[in-house]
Amino acid sequence: MVPEALFFSAVLFVIGVIGVLTRRNAIIIFMCVELMLNAVNLSFIGFSRLYGAGGQVFVIFVMSVAAAEAAVGLAIIIAIFRHHESVDLKNINLLKG
Amino acid sequence: MPNGFVFEFLFYLFGLIAVVSAAIFVTRRNPVAAALWLVNTMFCLAALYIMMDAQFVGAIQVLVYAGAIMVVFLFVVMLLNLGLPPSVADLKGKGARIFALLAGLIMLAEVMVLVRQKLPAELAWLPRETNVTTPITDSLFRTYLLPFEITSVLLLVAIVGAVVLAKRRG
Repeated sequence: MVPEALFFSAVLFVIGVIGVLTRRNAIIIFMCVELMLNAVNLSFIGFSRLYGAGGQVFVIFVMSVAAAEAAVGLAIIIAIFRHHESVDLKNINLLKG
Repeated sequence: MPNGFVFEFLFYLFGLIAVVSAAIFVTRRNPVAAALWLVNTMFCLAALYIMMDAQFVGAIQVLVYAGAIMVVFLFVVMLLNLGLPPSVADLKGKGARIFALLAGLIMLAEVMVLVRQKLPAELAWLPRETNVTTPITDSLFRTYLLPFEITSVLLLVAIVGAVVLAKRRG
C-alpha cells in the first residue's frame, strides 16, 4: 500500500510541476502549487504508515502553511489585478532588465 | 480487513480518480472548472488518507483544503470575474510546453527510482476502537510543540500581511 501511495504522490507532483511550467494564469499556477503540496502530504501519510504518527503532524503543519500562503498569495494577486486588470503572468515583468 | 481485495481495489480506484482529476485540472481553460476538479482530487486524497489509517488528517483535508482554501480560491476567481475564457492564450507556447513535458518526465523518472527503494515493514493496524487522534496530539503537543507555536505566529503574520496588501490604495 505504501509504494502505491508514493507512486500516486509522484504522479500528482509531476502533474503540478507541468501545470506551473505551462500555464500563465496566476491563480491556476497557485492551484498547481497547492496540488504539489497535496502530493507531498500523500507521501507523508504513506511514510507515517511506516514510521509512526510524526508524518501526520507534518501534514498538519503543511496545511497551515498552505492556508497562510493562500491568504497572502491571493491578496498579492488581487493587488496585481488592481494594477494590471489581469492576472496574466506576462504582465508581471517589473524585475526584468 | 486492511488488505482485503475490496480494500486494495478501492485504494487503487481513489488513487486513479485523484490522478485523472488532477490531469483534467491542469488542462482546463476555465479557472472555476479547474478549481472544482482540484477539489475532486482533494476529496480522493482524503479517502486515501482515511484508508491509510490517518482519519483525523483525512477529515482536516476535507475541512481545510476542500472547504476553506479552495473556497478562497473560488471566491477570488469570481471576485475578479475570471470565469470567462481569457482573450489571450492561457497556455504558454509550444517550446515551453515541450520543456515542461521533458522536465516532468525527468522528474517522474527520478521520483520513480526513489520510490523503488526497499521500504521497511508497515506498522501494525490499530484496533478499530482506538482513539485515532491520540498519537497525533501526543507528538504535536510534546515533540513538535515549538513548531506548533511558531505556526500560530506564522498564521498571524499571514493575516496581517493579507490585510495590509488588500487595503493598500494604488
